[in-house]
Amino acid sequence: MADYLPHTDDDVASMLSFLGMASLDDLFAHIPDAVRLSGGLEVEPGMSEPDVAALFARYTGANAAKATAMTCFAGGGAYDHEVPAVVKMLANRSEFVTAYTPYQPEVAQGVLQAVFEYQTLVARLSGLPVPNASLYDAATALVEALNMAHGATGRQTMVISSGVHPHWRQVARTFARGTGHRIVEVPLRDGVTDWQSVDVTDVAAVVAAYPNYLGIVEDLSGAKALAVEHEALFVVGGDPVAAGVLKTAGQWGADVFVGEGQAFGTPLSFGGPYLGLFACSEAQVRRLPGRIVGETVDSSGRRAFVTTLRAREQDIRREKATSNVCTNQTLMAVTAAIQLGWLGTQGLREVATRCAQGAHYLYDELMGVDGVSAVSSQPFFREFAVRLSRRADEVISSMAESDVLAGLSVATLAGGDDPSIEDGIENVLLVAVTERRTKEEIDRYVELLKEALKR
Amino acid sequence: MSTNAQPGGRAASAPIMGHETEPTLFEMSVPHRSAYQLRTTGVPTRPLSEFVPAAHLNEDVVPIAEVSERDLVAHFTRLSHRQFSVDLGMYPLGSCTMKYNPKFCDAVAADPGLNAVHPGAPASLCQGWLEIMVTLEEKLCAITGMSAATLQPAAGAAGELTGLLLMRAFHEANGEDRRRVLIPDSAHGTNPASVTLGGYEVTTVPSNDRGLVDLEALKSALGPDVAGIMLTNPNTVGLFEEEITEIAQAVHDVGGLLYYDGANLNAILGAVRPGDMGFDIVHMNLHKTFATPHGGGGPGAGPVAVASHLVEFLPGPQAHRVEDGTFDWVAPPRSIGRVHGWQGNALVLARALAYIDVHGSDGLTRVARHAVLNANWLRHRLRDILPAAYDRVCMHECTLTATKLKQAYGVRGLDVAKALLEEGFHSPTVYFPLIVEEALMFEPTETESVQTLEALAQAVERIAQRAADDPVSLHRAPQSTPVSRVDEARAARQLIATADAAR
Repeated sequence: MADYLPHTDDDVASMLSFLGMASLDDLFAHIPDAVRLSGGLEVEPGMSEPDVAALFARYTGANAAKATAMTCFAGGGAYDHEVPAVVKMLANRSEFVTAYTPYQPEVAQGVLQAVFEYQTLVARLSGLPVPNASLYDAATALVEALNMAHGATGRQTMVISSGVHPHWRQVARTFARGTGHRIVEVPLRDGVTDWQSVDVTDVAAVVAAYPNYLGIVEDLSGAKALAVEHEALFVVGGDPVAAGVLKTAGQWGADVFVGEGQAFGTPLSFGGPYLGLFACSEAQVRRLPGRIVGETVDSSGRRAFVTTLRAREQDIRREKATSNVCTNQTLMAVTAAIQLGWLGTQGLREVATRCAQGAHYLYDELMGVDGVSAVSSQPFFREFAVRLSRRADEVISSMAESDVLAGLSVATLAGGDDPSIEDGIENVLLVAVTERRTKEEIDRYVELLKEALKR
Repeated sequence: MSTNAQPGGRAASAPIMGHETEPTLFEMSVPHRSAYQLRTTGVPTRPLSEFVPAAHLNEDVVPIAEVSERDLVAHFTRLSHRQFSVDLGMYPLGSCTMKYNPKFCDAVAADPGLNAVHPGAPASLCQGWLEIMVTLEEKLCAITGMSAATLQPAAGAAGELTGLLLMRAFHEANGEDRRRVLIPDSAHGTNPASVTLGGYEVTTVPSNDRGLVDLEALKSALGPDVAGIMLTNPNTVGLFEEEITEIAQAVHDVGGLLYYDGANLNAILGAVRPGDMGFDIVHMNLHKTFATPHGGGGPGAGPVAVASHLVEFLPGPQAHRVEDGTFDWVAPPRSIGRVHGWQGNALVLARALAYIDVHGSDGLTRVARHAVLNANWLRHRLRDILPAAYDRVCMHECTLTATKLKQAYGVRGLDVAKALLEEGFHSPTVYFPLIVEEALMFEPTETESVQTLEALAQAVERIAQRAADDPVSLHRAPQSTPVSRVDEARAARQLIATADAAR
């Protein structure tokens, strides 16, 4: 019997007596017998913390892929970046961790200002002026962008590059079951979106990825032109680390930016909680999903922050709200502000540059290995796909025996064939290199891959 | 009842400080100052222009901020001092379940064996994670009386929409095109917003004078075009829907499904299961019922459990126990597809499992019983000043009303809420549910001691005295907080969402 409840038996007895009751059962007496649970919950009895810790030690021991034990070359939207002690400790402050949505701004200036700083950074990295206070992850942020495009145009066809991460596209398809959106996926040719092949009408959004999920930096002017031609919103799904040095979504003419913010201080975490980045143009501000923090003053004229434009939100607008989002990923947004504050202007550029340098060093080495060939001739940034002489999932298993997570199988990621890969998807391996990978680790990777391909 | 109000008490002392405006990171920035340190890698350094065409490189440097590590720490520590939290004091925000978040569960989630695992690693290399997911799914099903669950939805609202898509898939599989979903007028705003995104129309069902669904009105709203109903039970007023069996019967009779909004599941753990009440789909807010920290507004987790006839439609991939004792991913045969970029908010899921394991069947049952005890004690203790909107036994939260103070002194619910901040307590939920005038919804939770409840009650008494003596001062409250009442109209009139926005 272990728990966190303060009441002693005497407390319970005196509180019941105050209520004129004899037993805790009296508090539940109005619940009809027909629905009452008679035998108690069918879960194990409570255990002490040390006993539960021992149970969890078995789970953690069975996670061979942990990046502390296995050198991580996997990416695909989840990256093994440096997270320093200072960021972990600040982001774990219990004032940030154990608060809730800042409904009472007088006692929530800490979270509100941190989110305001986060919003500023998202706006700068996206090149778009109106960020929100966070969404669940990049995939669901894309869904919100599509809903915004429908609201802006009244149209339902969403033209999405298959260079957009396969999971994001899958999530978009799932939610289209409810909204009725038509999702049109545009194939890649040599790693680049074949916008010329698009022949549809009623277009609400044109969605491109930058870099695309295979790491390739596509020229987005064709996508922008298509959006302009159809008077559709231009949505760019971007890698926010690359955004530290590449042209911003805003510079490419985007109306909406979405991205995955995990790279900013959130560990790999088996996929969540992550951070959905979202920003849009001024023209779309009334259609913004979720919360937004704005600057104002208090009754004494002091600067203060508050959640604003609340009339769009579900608790006020109900079935006419711009989105159903309530709880979001605020702690990850605060974490991102702290991590970016730690990196600073130069540090973010340095991280982006080192990722690219590592990825290109590895790629160049791999191009000299028998059984490895290029998937695309196009320029890439910090992640790349290669075609192997063997199935990618087999190579990953083989290299894992030497404690290297070689990357991701594109076939597994995409759930089978995918318009992003023209043929032989089973043999395509997606490889990411972060600023944490050393030359020694990369050289070892090359040797291990050679061995794996010989087997 | 006389209770010593000292221990446990209130949070009015030193930590709520900082009337000084804190500069932003950008205002603190000094060119060429830095904090970052990176690994020495030995990777050849080459210019980016060798990797990507010049047309892709931003000619401008994106400014972030340039601060020292010391200043970074001071800045965010000072911001933290301008923030109320559960760890600081009582946070009786009705409907949000701001109970104590056990530190142990955070420590579990911080283990690199969980938080350093790449989500795309092969199942064979993350068997521990898959076992956690399967085990949690099994326990959530046992707690709710359902057959299977998806852990993907990242929050309650995401769970709602997932549930509605499951409802849609079920009806479509039966060749039926149903158009309407019923929602009580007391429902959370996420319900109607989710219904719209699920492709359905909302039909609102009125509440009766007991604060419950009006059964006759419900029956007259039903028809063959009704896909289902979304219900919170106990409802958002904190009352148990006593006619739930009749409601379930009526909805099922027209072929509709019952959706259980698990926002208030914490009230009935071990007492009633949604499955036994006739619900077909259930979402749970793990951050409420299973005490994972709310993070200033997230992350949460909103798993959705379903009855047997809906299992085949669940989102995939789904962690699954294989006969040989290992674990793998499978997609249900008629899956609606993914609803999250990966597997859901995994670290939140791990925390919730640790919480369930520590409490077990006995502890979880006690959680609900003590939560209900605390809410009823507070309701009864405050009855003279803030009478309950519906004066009878409530569940885990009590909806009180400030109408007496308003009539006598012109002091509104909002004034009481703001004055409570000065007293060192977080406010209750104000003006929700919409069906109650001057609503103040208190959810004390089971982790607050009777001394803390008494301290809150005495604070309300002082506020009532102030209302009689000096009501104007309450309109100006709070004054002792980091900022006083903020100009919300100005924030909305001229949006300043970034440090770079025009002022």
